Amino acid sequence: MSYAKTAVSAVALFAAATTSAAARDNVQIAGSSTVLPYAAIVAEAFGENFDFPTPVVESGGSGAGRKKLCEGVGENTIDIANSSSKIKQSDIDLCASNGVTEIMEVRIGYDGIVFASDISGPAYAFTPADWHSALAAEVAKDGVLSANTNTTWAEVNSALPAEDILAFVPGTKHGTREVFDDKVIVAGCEENGTFDAHMAANGGDKKAAEKACMQLRTDGKSIDIDGDYTETLARVDANKNGIGVFGLSFYQNNTDKLQVATMGGVVPSVDSISTGEYPVSRPLYFYVKNAHLDVIPGMQAYIEFFVSDEIAGPDGPLAAYGLVSDPELAKTQDMVANRVPMAPLN
Amino acid sequence: MNDITAAAAPEAARKRHGSLLVQDARTKTRNASETRFRRLGLLAVALGMLALVGLLGSILSNGLSAFKQTYLQVEVFLDPAKLDKTGSGDLAQIAKVSTFGYAPLIQAAMQGAAKEAGVDTSALPAKALGQMVSKEAPATLRNFVLASPEKIGQTVSFSLLANGRIDGYFKGRVTMESAALDRNISPEQLAFADQLKAAGVLETKFNWAFFTAPDASDTRPEAAGLGVAILGSIYMMLIVLCLSLPLGVAASIYLEEFAPKNRFTDLIEVNISNLAAVPSIVFGILGLAIFINLVGLPQSAPIVGGLVLTLMTLPTIIIATRAALKSVPPSIRDAALGVGASKMQSIFHHVLPLAMPGILTGAIIGLAQALGETAPLLLIGMVAFVREYPAGPPEGLFDPAAALPVQVYNWTQRGDPAFVERASGAIIVLLVFLIVMNTAAILLRRKFERRW
Repeated sequence: MSYAKTAVSAVALFAAATTSAAARDNVQIAGSSTVLPYAAIVAEAFGENFDFPTPVVESGGSGAGRKKLCEGVGENTIDIANSSSKIKQSDIDLCASNGVTEIMEVRIGYDGIVFASDISGPAYAFTPADWHSALAAEVAKDGVLSANTNTTWAEVNSALPAEDILAFVPGTKHGTREVFDDKVIVAGCEENGTFDAHMAANGGDKKAAEKACMQLRTDGKSIDIDGDYTETLARVDANKNGIGVFGLSFYQNNTDKLQVATMGGVVPSVDSISTGEYPVSRPLYFYVKNAHLDVIPGMQAYIEFFVSDEIAGPDGPLAAYGLVSDPELAKTQDMVANRVPMAPLN
Repeated sequence: MNDITAAAAPEAARKRHGSLLVQDARTKTRNASETRFRRLGLLAVALGMLALVGLLGSILSNGLSAFKQTYLQVEVFLDPAKLDKTGSGDLAQIAKVSTFGYAPLIQAAMQGAAKEAGVDTSALPAKALGQMVSKEAPATLRNFVLASPEKIGQTVSFSLLANGRIDGYFKGRVTMESAALDRNISPEQLAFADQLKAAGVLETKFNWAFFTAPDASDTRPEAAGLGVAILGSIYMMLIVLCLSLPLGVAASIYLEEFAPKNRFTDLIEVNISNLAAVPSIVFGILGLAIFINLVGLPQSAPIVGGLVLTLMTLPTIIIATRAALKSVPPSIRDAALGVGASKMQSIFHHVLPLAMPGILTGAIIGLAQALGETAPLLLIGMVAFVREYPAGPPEGLFDPAAALPVQVYNWTQRGDPAFVERASGAIIVLLVFLIVMNTAAILLRRKFERRW
């Protein structure tokens, strides 16, 4: 008889599912794992200071988050997508085809990307050209392209320590990799003259030359890390001559294990990134589905709280954790208050 | 007598020439191969044990400290000038003071505690004193003030969480050397913490909050707990139990006792065995497509997690139940039918009760498997930062929640090293749950099992 009872309660459960699935009272956020810690800090403070429930923040990657945002309008879709790279036209098209027309782009600040090695090893002072010469598949020697044969940093640049080259770079699915490719590898390619050689080889096609620049060597000197910074840290810990690519906030939480290298003579810090001196940084965003603003309680309040001076300002908890605050924050606050959707990408 | 025995006889006769106590060459090789096999077996067991000891050792050494937490006993003066500027005692006005407004109170309280303990803090700036307290503390104070606004203007004794780095210092994770390199803590602060400990202001207690508190952000690992994850896991297990046990048992009884044996039922049987081996992530994809996109159930909710895990557990339960039904001897059925019971009566009154221990064991093992599953939850939005407790069932089944294995996964990705301890602590909790469930399965089997 108890089986009959459980079966009945199971049916009742399903019935309840269809009725009470209606109202959602918490903000749902998904997206970039780089933005996740900042969003979690804000969500936590929001839950403490407002009567609304704490928003739910999911990770899963920038691209996946934007795709989820564009799945449609309705309470079983997310409200906000965190992203460490700018939204793409393909995302906007997908959104439009699913009825998500008004999206608000909110830039929360800048994130620095740092190069760090084990604390007990020698100190490094890099330039982008060093990184390209060390990691690219092909480098130019006297204008002639040849396979990269550098095995130690000293061979790349005599000012660097004579340590074996071993770099842990973010895997291609990470938004960080895009910035690394763009601001370090391609920039270095142009500095050390390989870019010109690639231009000549590709008949002046700039895109093809850049692509050729980004080809990293595959002989085990450059290792793609598809996991998180915690994995990169574990690899650097196991290989004392390894150099890892980290986010500034991650490095700041592990300064007792890592020492940071300078890039172009500049030490990465919140200050040097905000002045633009330190070259490797990128903006962080979140994208808001405007159609949900009046439906989900607390959503507008959460967004305004996120970009308020006491949170995202230079003295707020986000800056303390490693976010470089946006000098144009006041403009963002106005935009959020007026719910201005983003203009089409040009 | 034929030739064969005649030929064999002298052979055998020759063998017995020597003493029985002296082994001949063939016996020796046979004995040696047995010894070799035994040693190999022993080696395999030893290797397995070694791996287990290594695993448990690393988890326990990292994680046991999560069950202790450092607290500061301080007297906080609830300054009316800061908390109730208008002096009206109006709750709406008091609520306007955000947690940021409470930080100066904590700073002042730390200075007071230092003075009382007779510690000279002139080497430390006031801000550094405030940093020794968890960022969770302002929220603790604010909740207290909002709950009892009449206490404003009084001095109240609080037990506040110490900062994760201070906590790590007393657990051996942070040392003076590492603090010198760490931008989040200084050796002076640690030295001050030592003095506070000697004065009894700072104490290490059992960490009940680890089981009850919700997750916390990266800036306050000391406040992170498993409350929401444990609740979410319990909800999901309830759903799995309520759905997969009746469904699975009904399906197996029909297949085993009523269904005709033909190609169609063979096909079903093969499919069930196949489903039991399907990678769990596939069920997650299915759950996303059906329960969230088609049915429209909410994301991150235990109901969806429970349904997905039900699908995953069903084959396990069906296979176990069918095996249990099969092992009931046919004589029981025949006897029941013989005294005039209907087929259904024979099954429900006689076969099923005898098969129950096997069914329960299968169900508990299936549940334990579902409890430790992460991959399918990844796709339905349960791998998330959730701080709100879900409401009581049944509405709570539709509220966002985390799950135990998901919490482990989340914490291993955090930047602050203190989360390594939390993650290992969560693994220990999960292991204890699993051990309890498996022990229950063994005990049930021992108690009710009948051998024929």
